[in-house]
Amino acid sequence: MVLADVAVVVPTSPDEALTAFGDGSDVTVVAGGTIVLPDLVAGRLRPKRALLLARAGLDGITRGGGRVTIGATTPVSALEGGDEPLATAARNVADPEIRGQATVGGNLCATASDDAPRGDLQAALIALDATVRSGGKGGERSEPVEDFLAGGAGRLVLDVSYDDTSRQTGYASARRPHAHHYTILAVAAAKRDGELRVAATGIGPRAVRLTAVEQSGSAADALTGLEPRDDALASAWYRSQLLPRLVERALGMLDGAEHA
Amino acid sequence: MRFVVNGVEHEVESHGLQPLLAVLREEVGITSPKAGCQQGGCGACTVLVDGEPRRSCLIPAGALNGVEITTVEGLGTPEHLGPVQAAFHEHYGSQCGFCTPGFLLATHALIKRSPGADRGQIEEALAGHACRCTGYVKILEAVEAAVGGAR
Repeated sequence: MVLADVAVVVPTSPDEALTAFGDGSDVTVVAGGTIVLPDLVAGRLRPKRALLLARAGLDGITRGGGRVTIGATTPVSALEGGDEPLATAARNVADPEIRGQATVGGNLCATASDDAPRGDLQAALIALDATVRSGGKGGERSEPVEDFLAGGAGRLVLDVSYDDTSRQTGYASARRPHAHHYTILAVAAAKRDGELRVAATGIGPRAVRLTAVEQSGSAADALTGLEPRDDALASAWYRSQLLPRLVERALGMLDGAEHA
Repeated sequence: MRFVVNGVEHEVESHGLQPLLAVLREEVGITSPKAGCQQGGCGACTVLVDGEPRRSCLIPAGALNGVEITTVEGLGTPEHLGPVQAAFHEHYGSQCGFCTPGFLLATHALIKRSPGADRGQIEEALAGHACRCTGYVKILEAVEAAVGGAR
């Protein structure tokens, strides 16, 4: 691993982190390191400049003004006892050591690798109608999490927030019995004042909103407009069989009913 | 950057993106954390960072200024094994030994956090650790004995 010519910056405040990130060009951001470090060691990534967020003061969960705000470098483990369906999605990630290190911001920025989908929290955050606040080119901006995901890489996540209110929620996933494997496919759903939001992780490179299901309330519409990905964890055929069943299970949980 | 390993302060010159695993093995000279998959998947490199079990292959050196690290060398000596080490020794929890340091440190942290951990909590805490020799039965028995002994 040739690192000598890679400049490393370790900011000690959010402002320092934003300044160091600049417009995001030629910067590799390292939060928990659970995705970047393996890529570095395996030679899949050759950064020019690295921004280490470990001491940037971007961690922590706060409740106020009717919102729950989760800092970008909050570890996934901090969500495990919190609001659903985010808590179940968090418990579904890898194993306790990885969850203590992997961050919410990193999970939002994670795209699928060649062999597996990543970003288990993304679907749950879409279901919660979360907002992502980020910095980078054009300055700071806040946008719905699905817009952030659609916009692709190149932003420095500062925090993600959602309304601090009660919802009916559901979460269903399929995974192989290996602690460190990424989720094959997962569906998160939340219903609030009659409005349903449903999203899936593992269909494409980032989580997607299942708008057809939201409109009809039916799992039969799960695959409308979607082409499931095909990778080392599962075939596109398998995912197409699985998605409607996971949607059905997640929707069933909204009423508090147990679905096998 | 400076950090403490097993109670001794070290000043290291490794590059800020060098994984802690490499810093410990190649610069500090502590070789109990093992370079297994180096992808965060096997748990052979797990050390305690400020008391929490972490994969040392995933932590960049630049994030470590001021932290306290514990490796197996800090749990006991060959003459005076720590309680978790003694339980693994007594219950045949180790065969080739490659994965053992990670299991020992994860168990040590589990007992600190959940002194009365049951079988389910033990399995959850060790879920990220792979062993290719024992079939896990002896390891789980050793951990249950260590938890029982600490109780």
